[in-house]
Amino acid sequence: MEVTTAPAKPQFSAAAQAEIKRIINQFPEDRKKSALLPVLHIAQAEFGGWVSPEVQDLVAESLDIKPIEVYEVSSFYTMFNLKPVGKHVLEICRTGPCMLRGSDELTENLERITGAKVGETSPDGMFTIKMVECLAACGFAPVVQVREKYYESLETPEAVDTMLNELRSMVHRPLLPWEEQKTKS
Amino acid sequence: MAKITFDGIEVEVPDGTTILNAARTIGGGIVPPAMCYYTPLKGSGGKCRACLVRVAAGSTKDPRPMPKLVASCITPVQDGMVVENTTSEQVLNVRKGIVEMLLINHPLDCPVCDQAGECDLQNFAFEHGVSTTRYEEERRTFEKIDIGPLIQLHMTRCILCYRCVYTADQLTPGRVHGVLGRGDASEIGTYIENIIDNDFSGNVIDVCPVGALTDKTWRFKQRVWFTKPVNAHRDCPKCTGNVVLWYKGKDVLRVTARKNEYGEVKEWICNECRFEKKETADWTLEGPAAIDRSSVISANHYELPVVNPQIIADLPESSVRDLEQNPPLKLGN
Amino acid sequence: MGRKLLTEHINVEGIDTFEVYRKHGGYRSVEKALKTMTPDEVVEEVKKSGLRGRGGAGFPTGLKWSFLAKPEGVPRYLVCNADESEPGTFKDRQLMSKLPHLLIEGMITGSYALGARTSYIYIRGELLYVLRILEKAIAEAYAAGFLGENILGSGYSLDLHVHPGGGAYICGEETALLESLEGKRGNPRNKPPFPAVQGLYARPTVVNNVESIAAVPVIVNEGGDEYAKIGIGKSTGTKLISACGHLNKPGIYEIELGVPVEEFIYSDEYCGGIWKGRELKAVVAGGSSVPILPTELILKTATGEPRLMTYESLSDGGFVTGTMLGSGGFIAMDETTCIVRNTWNFSRFYHHESCGQCSPCREGTGWLEKVLHRLEHGHGSLHDIDLIVSVAKQIEGNTICPLGEAAAWPVAAAVRHFRDEFEWHVKHPQEATRYGAVYPGKAVLA
Repeated sequence: MEVTTAPAKPQFSAAAQAEIKRIINQFPEDRKKSALLPVLHIAQAEFGGWVSPEVQDLVAESLDIKPIEVYEVSSFYTMFNLKPVGKHVLEICRTGPCMLRGSDELTENLERITGAKVGETSPDGMFTIKMVECLAACGFAPVVQVREKYYESLETPEAVDTMLNELRSMVHRPLLPWEEQKTKS
Repeated sequence: MAKITFDGIEVEVPDGTTILNAARTIGGGIVPPAMCYYTPLKGSGGKCRACLVRVAAGSTKDPRPMPKLVASCITPVQDGMVVENTTSEQVLNVRKGIVEMLLINHPLDCPVCDQAGECDLQNFAFEHGVSTTRYEEERRTFEKIDIGPLIQLHMTRCILCYRCVYTADQLTPGRVHGVLGRGDASEIGTYIENIIDNDFSGNVIDVCPVGALTDKTWRFKQRVWFTKPVNAHRDCPKCTGNVVLWYKGKDVLRVTARKNEYGEVKEWICNECRFEKKETADWTLEGPAAIDRSSVISANHYELPVVNPQIIADLPESSVRDLEQNPPLKLGN
Repeated sequence: MGRKLLTEHINVEGIDTFEVYRKHGGYRSVEKALKTMTPDEVVEEVKKSGLRGRGGAGFPTGLKWSFLAKPEGVPRYLVCNADESEPGTFKDRQLMSKLPHLLIEGMITGSYALGARTSYIYIRGELLYVLRILEKAIAEAYAAGFLGENILGSGYSLDLHVHPGGGAYICGEETALLESLEGKRGNPRNKPPFPAVQGLYARPTVVNNVESIAAVPVIVNEGGDEYAKIGIGKSTGTKLISACGHLNKPGIYEIELGVPVEEFIYSDEYCGGIWKGRELKAVVAGGSSVPILPTELILKTATGEPRLMTYESLSDGGFVTGTMLGSGGFIAMDETTCIVRNTWNFSRFYHHESCGQCSPCREGTGWLEKVLHRLEHGHGSLHDIDLIVSVAKQIEGNTICPLGEAAAWPVAAAVRHFRDEFEWHVKHPQEATRYGAVYPGKAVLA
């Protein structure tokens, strides 16, 4: 099992720092706080798929804001995981249009296959199941999102298997564009 | 200046005044209730919806009625505006609904709540609500937390008015508490174990409209209507030192800031005055604090000690007993 | 076959690259506007086009633009609302991921019209992969001289950035979106002041939906009058409809406003009928927050006229027998659908997405969900059916932002048209809660 606990004093990688700097520059000088949501996304990607209080303090530091300003925001938006998660978080859409095309059954199946209940992580640490609201993919229901990728039209057991196999065989999460640039240069 | 008609009463107020403040210049029973708006706090208001009123005519220029009820605490007046509050059945019905919404998750633990007797929600529900509930579901609860040694946060009672957050933001340099979570899972908190520690943090107790933030040094000491408020001041290096002392007998049970008739703090006080100066000797007493005649505190015949009890026939037994145990306070010593 | 103004080239290979997009006539509107038109002339064309906000409210875009305050020396902003999260709606995601340059072109032309020097696209956080596509396309546009300093030598400069949200439906409300863009919780602001006067960073701001902005290039290229010729009455131009639910061919359809609903559902050009050979039971025509209508009322108005896909026709009959075009999220439900379950699902959504700022919405949405949950699971009483209607009414109109209405309308409409089905759940709980149970009765029409 991959241990996802953040180190006591986390630090952003050089690539992440460069990306944060680029994002801050998109806003007026006295409006650094505007970069909070994108920086939280970066932090979540960097530190094992969740943002610990220490990581959130680091985010506050990088934007010159008070830690509570980060906590207020990270707890408002549902994409930020405030507790450790498995290697892959299966975010299952449960809203009307997906429900009409079988998201309830899909959830039951994923619970059975992974051994994790909704809100839990599977015993092998591979999958966390998280229910989310509408992902704007209603025409391709039911839908599961894992990190930045959408797995659509999961109406058949085969489609579900394909998704899970792809995820199981993944050694590392896919590199983000700013990480790729860094490795190239 | 703008002239408006509020519940049939004409009043002229400076441009930019809110409807609520225009109504307050008239005063009395027509003033809309406010559970979140707080004049001293910038940005407060608009959230609880207790003060919704009907604008029957927008202005002289555009006399159309506004399509929805508006929050009077944040809506500025326009010349020629016609506003209905107690004269509109719609407003009164909606207000009943707001009381119901605020109460469905409120614990109704007034018998053990320190705020009882001076609680805005209690007053609001008494004056504007209905006496039954239609809510059968489980209520939302939270654990009590101590935010520092002097203040207790009882989130279950909170109505999310945001006043304490604005207070911390506007009075203190390093706010450590805020609103966390979302929707009906929102809570006031510090997220990580953190204490609110600075000279003016105690003011969050005074601004809280309910018993969510209470003074731990006063916890369960006495029902508020058995205590007697006395204005007093001292030379304080940090604040103006103008306070109200709440006496039971000769003991100062608590110290609060002075408030106006709408429960708004007139001058912020520091924690030293609030929590540490609980001896009469610390203060120069000015005299009894004015109390609204219709308030619970007044209902306990607070005025009696300063008049001659002999001239009042049929004195209720409870107050006689009270008088015997607590002889009239000597003021100004 | 209707005209495709936005999606004509959507399936062209490589259309997401600057080169291919340009080859198919891309960025012509930028050239035309910056070289031959004043900003006010662009606004005038958009006004003439009759384009109405495609995010759901249907407010005339040109009019919204003309409200923008323009104090001297104060920056103003154009912000694109790409926070598409209304259940049933998925058009913007498709449009942005396949035609990123169309949105960017619209943003440049629109920003020029409004005099914005920095513009933002606020995209919902779940669509980070689309943000990557947009950022790549923006970099191409910079390289080609369509963004940055002195665009095409016109003296006009513009910076364009994409900003992700973090997972909150409420940020689709324009003032919550601006709060979020400022790095705060997505709490809607009290209005007034409106964003046109005090928006992003308290500066004048216009917030427009992706599809509205994507319509700007064609309006500038062909002229507002030409655009207004398409459609019927005040419903001009084309609209992207996100068709989903129990349809044979769910997906995005660009329609000329005015297509009959019946044709849209059943013709092979569009949705191709109801799946599995079943009957249609009900439709939510404009995203989850608009009133649900039973088949009879979605195909024909109460007066027997065929219902058309226009703002006016869909709202014919008000909320008694009509609904709204909204965001164009068209959710079809077949005869086996449980309306109670669906209503509970939607109210769970609004409960989950309420920001919690104002009391009627914070407390009321949770109350609705709990009572509906009880009804759906066979523990409700007949009294509960009246209760949810009453609670919905207590929320509606009394909140800071329209989420209150969005939560109240679906509940009120479901009880209005399907009251018998709610009562069936109360009177026959065992039968109604059986897996796969289908209500045997009919809907109430008025």
